[in-house]
Amino acid sequence: MSIDRWGRVAGWVTVPLVAWGLYLGLIWAPPDAMMGQVQRIMYVHFPSWIAVGLSYTVAFVSSVLYLALRRPGLDYMAQAGVEVGVLFNTTGLITGSIWGRPTWGVWWTWDPRLTTTAIMLLIFVGYLLVRAFLEDPDARARVGALVAIMGYLILPVVYFSVRWWRTLHQPQSSPSTVDAHMVVALRVMMIAFALGASYLMSRRYEIGRLEASVEQLELEPEAGRG
Amino acid sequence: MIGTELSRSWAIFWKDLLIEQRAKAAFNAMAFFAGLMLLTFGFALGPDSPGYATGEETLLQHLAPGLLWVAILFAGQLAADRSFQLELERGGLDALRVYPGDRKALYLGKLLATLAVMVMMEILLLPFAGILYSIDLWPKLPGLVGVSLLATVALASTGTFYAALTANLRARQVLLPLLMFPVLIPVVLAAVKATGLVLHGDPMNELASWVKLLAATDVLFLTVSTLTFEYVVEE
Repeated sequence: MSIDRWGRVAGWVTVPLVAWGLYLGLIWAPPDAMMGQVQRIMYVHFPSWIAVGLSYTVAFVSSVLYLALRRPGLDYMAQAGVEVGVLFNTTGLITGSIWGRPTWGVWWTWDPRLTTTAIMLLIFVGYLLVRAFLEDPDARARVGALVAIMGYLILPVVYFSVRWWRTLHQPQSSPSTVDAHMVVALRVMMIAFALGASYLMSRRYEIGRLEASVEQLELEPEAGRG
Repeated sequence: MIGTELSRSWAIFWKDLLIEQRAKAAFNAMAFFAGLMLLTFGFALGPDSPGYATGEETLLQHLAPGLLWVAILFAGQLAADRSFQLELERGGLDALRVYPGDRKALYLGKLLATLAVMVMMEILLLPFAGILYSIDLWPKLPGLVGVSLLATVALASTGTFYAALTANLRARQVLLPLLMFPVLIPVVLAAVKATGLVLHGDPMNELASWVKLLAATDVLFLTVSTLTFEYVVEE
């Protein structure tokens, strides 16, 4: 099946899954023993980062493949991965900030997890900015691929370097210590966000394809008339 | 084969240094810019606010490692940018592209030249910082030189990579720092921590882990940049 078809299927599954996940997270699961209702933002916050990881990984793999194979489609996929990744990276930071204010008492703190994810956003926003300055599609794809590869490879280093500071962000909770209802709600939302990100990437991929053919028509108006 | 590639790198390195020696454009601009930044920090933060951290050192002495590396980072970006601007002015990059041989040699030559210019600048900048912020650098010199060299290799290797990537772009001067700085955050962090430990003492023996991080980033940057460089300069 084509990317377009898969994307549509993912999109149709996402809608009821998000609705179900929200019901599970907001009504069915109990409030957190320590944090109360505030904790419920976790059902949106944590799945956002699943979507981020998925999207940036798609961008990285597509970029490596683009440099090797030079298929324009791989470039549209890389761009789709970065754009969707930047979107969820931003919502992840915002929901984290909203959660941090009542819980830690501050909107922002120089915690390793926060710092790393903010740097990640900067690296991939740089990718989008640099593309905007390149008109030649081949050069745009090539430069973009290199920026994405370098950025993706440096992330583990950034992560481990800032991690050596004393950390405020809670370590990942293990499913065994968390109420089973919460685990179910979180799992559903994780799958829903991963599918939602896949849907958005497939749409962005299609847009990339269309943009390229528009660009082609603008360069050679005659070809379009034939 | 490796010998030929190395001699190619050496030729590019030597050519860049010769241009630098005759024009002194990059070096003068960088050294002046970095020195100016150290002075500006002094004015902005108050030259002699005493007793900030331990009651003994001044605010500037306490912050010196961070101020120094911000100045070096900004000046290093100028050096990297200059290195490829040089090639664009008379179509030099096109000429370099048509030479036979591996593009890795081109990267290595450019990197070494940028590195040399940055090291020369640091040789001036470190004592200048010592005098301005009244820090006695002599007894700490070996550690300081080691940390600076490791961090400078990382700055120069990423700088060369991104400068080559953005060389042909209209908004080069804006985009280069935008791409380069986020990636260099662990390097700046480790360099500042390590320099601080060298200057202010290392009671907990933390220095080794920061030095290891610097060495690891050097290896990673050099490997990724060298392996991908043929795609960076292709036309």
